[in-house]
Amino acid sequence: MKLHNISFNNLGRRKGKVIFLVLGLFIGIATIVTLLSITESMSRDIEDRLDQFGANIVMVPRSENLSLSYGGVSMGGVNYKTVEFDEARIPEIRTIENSNNLGLVAPKVLGAATVKDKDVLLMGVDFETELQLKNWWQFEGAPPAAPDELLIGSQTAATFQLAVGDSLTIGGDDFVVTTILKPTGASEDGIIIGDLHAFQKILSKEGKVSMVEIAAFCRDCPITELVLQISEKFPEAKVTALRQAVMSKMQSIEMFKTFSYGIAVLVIFIGSLLVFVTMMGSVNERTREIGIFRAIGFRRGHVMQIILLEAMIVGLVGGILGYLGGNAIALGAMPLVIKDGAFAGFNYSLGGIAVLLSIALSLIASLYPAQKASKLDPSEALRAL
Amino acid sequence: MSSANIKTNPAENKVQHLIEIHGIGKDYQDGETKVQAIKQMDFYIDDGEFVAIMGQSGSGKSTLLSILGGLNHPTRGRILLDSLDIYKLSSEQRADLRSEYIGVIFQSFQLIPYLTVLENVKLPMAITGKKAKEQDKMARDVLEKVGLGNKADRLPDQLSGGEQERVAIARAIVNKPPILLADEPTGSLDSKTADEILNLLKELNEEGQTIIMVTHNPDACKDTTRTINVKDGFCYVN
Repeated sequence: MKLHNISFNNLGRRKGKVIFLVLGLFIGIATIVTLLSITESMSRDIEDRLDQFGANIVMVPRSENLSLSYGGVSMGGVNYKTVEFDEARIPEIRTIENSNNLGLVAPKVLGAATVKDKDVLLMGVDFETELQLKNWWQFEGAPPAAPDELLIGSQTAATFQLAVGDSLTIGGDDFVVTTILKPTGASEDGIIIGDLHAFQKILSKEGKVSMVEIAAFCRDCPITELVLQISEKFPEAKVTALRQAVMSKMQSIEMFKTFSYGIAVLVIFIGSLLVFVTMMGSVNERTREIGIFRAIGFRRGHVMQIILLEAMIVGLVGGILGYLGGNAIALGAMPLVIKDGAFAGFNYSLGGIAVLLSIALSLIASLYPAQKASKLDPSEALRAL
Repeated sequence: MSSANIKTNPAENKVQHLIEIHGIGKDYQDGETKVQAIKQMDFYIDDGEFVAIMGQSGSGKSTLLSILGGLNHPTRGRILLDSLDIYKLSSEQRADLRSEYIGVIFQSFQLIPYLTVLENVKLPMAITGKKAKEQDKMARDVLEKVGLGNKADRLPDQLSGGEQERVAIARAIVNKPPILLADEPTGSLDSKTADEILNLLKELNEEGQTIIMVTHNPDACKDTTRTINVKDGFCYVN
């Protein structure tokens, strides 16, 4: 016989009360888990959607000049005196504090060249990264794989009357057009896209990068924070977040999150109150029993141990059931909250926190009743003696 | 009324007694009235005695027993147990003392309803650090002794009054305490069962167990070595 046997036996005997206690914690924890799981799923859903829009941070060299273009309409020639970044420094972007939130980093070199007596803008990219980033691009032919292969915009193809498989000489180097981009309505329509290093050579910008597009996930961080961190690393760069796309959606999620936390705190408060009242009642009911324990030599600490262990078991069971129940509710409720939304899956750290929270609440709510029990005067408790 | 202490225990007396009661008194506050449950008592109890504390309801005998058991702080006086002033100890130290020195048979058994007979008997050992096997053996031994070896797995409410009393006795003696306090052990039993319980207590006493029994029934005192009569807050030792 150990103290825990007394706790287990008592819980076994008072099944109705235990179910009531567990239910109180279950409702509290399940509500929190449901709300957080739904918020998480919503975040993830929006994040996935945002990913399809490609880059949400653009890093360009800081320039004193004002932009002479608006909505794709350029009112000036190409600025030849642009400043460039060193390509070797680009990996430093991934050393920022929130580097985990960084997705793709796509460096580009830009420059004008004369092809068949016509000025054209060249953009050198790392094809693998670029194609992942611009996953909405549709094109004829196979995606370029070799450094001498080109991807050209629809307008460029029309201007130079190029088709897939045609050869093109740029700056003395021969290239093959393997891919023609279907009209996008954006800048890409009128440019020639080639391998980063090949174009760096043609543009005499070896080891230089004109701009970097970055795709960031911003579930856990404000995007402005990322922008700030990158700016600190590259003081010579102008880092801009495509805020509208991210912020408005993240803001609504944040608002929902705050609302969820508010509800969760309220529910938890009510749950704790329930545990407190039930535990108090239980202690009052057990006055005589506690008197017997004290009379046969149990210390105050022993009585507290018995009651707190019971609270811990109730908290553990309530926490586990609450976590499972909350996830089940979230799973069922997701289609109602977001159309085509998918359940984000079990978040085990949330599970751990939920169970610990449940145990902590149960213990805190039982602390006063346990103390009250341990302080019972044994002779008062055992009036019969 | 004056105290009628027949056997007092003067300070110069060098003889060591198991329990020495020196001028204890207990006052209660009942609203604005001060009630003296025990006015003054002095007596001693020796090792191996079977002492009955007799008195009518409200005479202060139960209060006296709870004071002897270290459960109720007297308003004045002191109680020495093996020369140790028990009310000079902290409440936690007194809990340890109860665990080691004192077994209590409560009025109306006071068994824990959700524990089996065996578990009830093991209860005092839950805080002793004894191994499960040793606890089991000790509990089964005392259950055999009180004649309930075959009912170890029953719950208290599946037993008769006499059997529950035996469980209470087994629980009180399982830790082998030097002192056994019994509060009206036959109070709620029929005369035949009461006799059986008294015989059991007598047997225990014959084996060397010191027993202090509170009762209002003179028949229960026939086998005791001494009777202390309690009346109006004073004691009269025979």
